[in-house]
Amino acid sequence: MTWLVPLPVTIPLLGAALTLMLAGRPRAQRTISLTALTATLLVSAALLALTTTGGPLVVAVGGWAAPLGIVLVADELAALMLVVSAAVTVCVLIYSIGQGMADGHEETPLSVYHPTYLVLTAGVTNAFLAGDLFNLFVGFEILLVASYVLLTLGGTENRIRAGATYVVVSLLSSVIFLTAIGLIYAATGTLNMAQLAGRLDTLPDHLKLVLQGMLLLAFGIKAAVFPLSSWLPDSYPTAPAPVTAVFAGLLTKVGVYAIIRTETLLFPGGRATVVLLVAALLTMLVGILGAVAQSDIKRLLSFTLVSHIGYLLFGVGLTSRLGMSSAIFYVVHHITVQTTLFLAAGLIEKRGGSTALDRLGGLARLNPVLAIAFLIPALNLAGIPPFSGFIGKLGLIEAGVADGGPLAWLLVVGSVLTSLLTLYAIARVWNLAFWRAPHPSMPAPDAGRCPPMMVVPTLALVTLGVALTVVAGPLFEVGDQAAGDLRDRAGYAQAVLGEETP
Amino acid sequence: MTPNLVYVVVIGVLFAAGVSMLLERSLTRVLMGMILLGNGVNLLILLGSRAGAPPIVGGAPQAEMADPLPQIMILTAIVITLGMTAFLLALAYRSWAMSGHDEVQDDMEDRRIMLLAERDEGSGTDDTEEQS
Repeated sequence: MTWLVPLPVTIPLLGAALTLMLAGRPRAQRTISLTALTATLLVSAALLALTTTGGPLVVAVGGWAAPLGIVLVADELAALMLVVSAAVTVCVLIYSIGQGMADGHEETPLSVYHPTYLVLTAGVTNAFLAGDLFNLFVGFEILLVASYVLLTLGGTENRIRAGATYVVVSLLSSVIFLTAIGLIYAATGTLNMAQLAGRLDTLPDHLKLVLQGMLLLAFGIKAAVFPLSSWLPDSYPTAPAPVTAVFAGLLTKVGVYAIIRTETLLFPGGRATVVLLVAALLTMLVGILGAVAQSDIKRLLSFTLVSHIGYLLFGVGLTSRLGMSSAIFYVVHHITVQTTLFLAAGLIEKRGGSTALDRLGGLARLNPVLAIAFLIPALNLAGIPPFSGFIGKLGLIEAGVADGGPLAWLLVVGSVLTSLLTLYAIARVWNLAFWRAPHPSMPAPDAGRCPPMMVVPTLALVTLGVALTVVAGPLFEVGDQAAGDLRDRAGYAQAVLGEETP
Repeated sequence: MTPNLVYVVVIGVLFAAGVSMLLERSLTRVLMGMILLGNGVNLLILLGSRAGAPPIVGGAPQAEMADPLPQIMILTAIVITLGMTAFLLALAYRSWAMSGHDEVQDDMEDRRIMLLAERDEGSGTDDTEEQS
């Protein structure tokens, strides 16, 4: 069944080509992109089912065998990420179609929307499946180029300003990544990750630390880890709501995914874990303090996004199996919840005419469905008990306690504090935007009506977020198994390179 | 190839010039910095590879052939840099068309929140000022 592996990359790319050819026909475009992404979702689900039972699937692209050619590797972690990201992209696509129809501008800028969106998906899936460092770089470039276009869609002054920062920062991280690739190739003579796992071990420690540091720096910028995170709250909120939602859900997580691969497959253990843990703590605290200061919902959510990247790093930095599996569970939870919240913010903007907290009020009475669509994922994000955010945080805290070191304890305290501050930040949004009397500048009920095509996908994602609690047991098991696979580097090398392991 | 001094110095100068250009306000200069950095990285990748005869089967004994892989990576990187240069140029042009200059501006919202914090009216005083 290895023929399934390249499909999550090729289907969206094919869809992008078709939608580009049908540029003037929005109805056909919509049908094609919806079909392509649904197919991607189905293939990803099949891949997850296959990898949980039968181990990693490997495809040598073009029939060139592993160390020479490029390989695509679908192991459990990659398959799980594929399923979640595909589910999120489908929901956001439906939402954006609904928004496009409601806003009534179906002409020029939207004809590039569908192809670019599909290319973005292809970039994300390619990065997840890459078994080769250079292919990972190409995957990053594909998704970044698509994201530049999506972020500056329409070319208004505000978006150009935000886009300039975003593009330059992303380009810089790409340059650092490429430099690291060049140095790694010079040091080891290969870029195949399975082969690298063996060869990097033989390098001297200080050289390994330099290479690891460069990779972590590049991925840290992409994942918005604290000292490298200030570009994110600056650029994301200006984009259209569905674009921000998909960026928030997926792009930073691709960076985290790359960090997980670097830390497990290429450079396990080592001194960099201390740096990761400190960065995790600072990301959590600085991010959430930033969120508390904001007065715009989208910016506030961007800061919580940065803050909760810290939880993921916490799990990765612990290097224990429990830490890793909790981090994997948390990634799934966070992709779903953060996307839902940004979609809900889009609905708030539609109904209330703005996302500035001082120009909103009374939304809970005006639109109870919207209130539910915001409140449930918000409580989920803060980690209120029945929801998946609580389970993920509990797992991470348990792993921290099990680790027992002073830094781990500090992180346990920090994560509880962050969780409380998250609750405070979203309670502020709730008080100001959903309670109080409606603000006079808000549009009349018919002008601010939310079309069902926007509400339904949001509610679908809310349900998915809640469903994560129900399937938490099996999901944690999948995460645990994936964490086990990640720690088993020889198994990965064996699967990719066949019998002649290095 | 054994690293020779000329290459190393050239790469160093390209990186240094690229970084200092990148720190400018004007998008055109940032673009120039990006191009210099890109060329520096390409040379760096080349520096890490083995030099020799053209890697064509039958042309030379295998041990004397150059390593073709870094050259392929450089080609890919050049293509990507070209596309990015075009995009940044378009961005700079659009910025010039919209506002009459191509300087990267501070975020208004950031400034507003900083002002609120200075007057002690915001609900927190976190720093978000290090955007360029």
